[in-house]
Amino acid sequence: MALSCVLEPALSGFNFENSTRNIVLENGSEEGKIKAPKPMKTGTTIAGVVYKDGVVLGADTRATSDEVVADKMCAKIHYIAPNIYCCGAGTAADTEKTTEILSSNLTIFSMNSGRNPRVVMAVNILQDMLFRYRGMIGAHLILGGVDCTGSHLYTVGPYGSMDKVPYLAMGSGNLPAMGILEDRFKANMDLEEAKSLVSDAIHAGIMSDLGSGNNIDLCVITKEGVDYIRPHKESPFNYKRQAKYKYKPGTTPVLTKTVTQVELELLDETVQMMETAGSS
Amino acid sequence: MITVFPETDRKYIYADRKDEPSLKMNTRGLRSQLKDSVPVTGLCPQAGPYGVQDSLRRGFSSVKNELLPSHPLELSEKNFQLNQDKMNFNTLRNIQGLHAPLKLQMEYRAAKQIQRLPFLPSSNLALDTLRGSDDTIGFEDILNDPIQSEMMGDPHIMTEYKLGIL
Repeated sequence: MALSCVLEPALSGFNFENSTRNIVLENGSEEGKIKAPKPMKTGTTIAGVVYKDGVVLGADTRATSDEVVADKMCAKIHYIAPNIYCCGAGTAADTEKTTEILSSNLTIFSMNSGRNPRVVMAVNILQDMLFRYRGMIGAHLILGGVDCTGSHLYTVGPYGSMDKVPYLAMGSGNLPAMGILEDRFKANMDLEEAKSLVSDAIHAGIMSDLGSGNNIDLCVITKEGVDYIRPHKESPFNYKRQAKYKYKPGTTPVLTKTVTQVELELLDETVQMMETAGSS
Repeated sequence: MITVFPETDRKYIYADRKDEPSLKMNTRGLRSQLKDSVPVTGLCPQAGPYGVQDSLRRGFSSVKNELLPSHPLELSEKNFQLNQDKMNFNTLRNIQGLHAPLKLQMEYRAAKQIQRLPFLPSSNLALDTLRGSDDTIGFEDILNDPIQSEMMGDPHIMTEYKLGIL
């Protein structure tokens, strides 16, 4: 459709056409106030710990939309590069898309340069991207990975803030998780200790926070490779349906039945010759 | 009769046609006169598909609505590339001297002129390669791809606007 009022081609990227309308709708008259639908958030507990040989990342698997659990088996540990994984808290779509874009950029980089990307490069790209949008992209991320300089754990906030730490928890359940981590973290732990520490931290978050729940996922990143354990611990309250709830045919009694004939009128008849290769 | 204004940095709001001298058009190098400034308001800001106020989609029109953006990021996103370039060229000038941004800007201007007609999407390959954005992916590559846009501007009006005849 050709519009006579368009003078320049539309800019690619975010489209702000509806923001005036949205403000008018939200501030409308007293009876007419319409609230915007809330995006799906991953009210979450995510945690990460640097241990002797690498990094262990953990996350719960519940995604909430206001007061309803929207997804019971949400995957919050996203792949960034073969040696870098990222846990995301905040708005589910934002974390998903941001980590996908980051992963694509790092793949192009590794194809161009022939090297595995460093964790600090991923962090810098994320910082630039998130600061550009002044926190409108609600992505709270924990990046962990092992590269040629060692094992690293970083957190990036939605406004572009960055922190490099040996152990970390983020999300709505981060306070109880941080408590466990502060209590039992030691430098240079071994694998089983680190896994149980992260798992207990996420478990504390699940128990004390409404927005976190269901299963616990773990991701162990070392120089040799990645072990993505999904699920590491299943929730004992998994709801399995007790019976089949499909109705048998004939459950609903038929009260009346009327049959009417639909009169069809032949409008047009075309004959098309088909080319058939006759084989004798 | 219309005058073609040379490239300036003015904000293009309305073409004032009160006194219209005879037609003076510099046909040589017409392409080099294509505008590269970002206009603040278009010609019919509230217009919908039929040229009148589109109250259903845009709300009631007011001068404030048309001048000020309603979303905090709108202006900064519109001018993001320009501002980035300005910042980078400034830094480059401070580090390497005036010649470095001058040479680069000359190349950018040359690459920017490799365009299709205004209403067709151009790939901007040379410009992308110069900027280094041919091996990065951002939201501008995924969202609102102009190649997949459902709306098209009227070819005549867009070309006239680009050439400044409108």
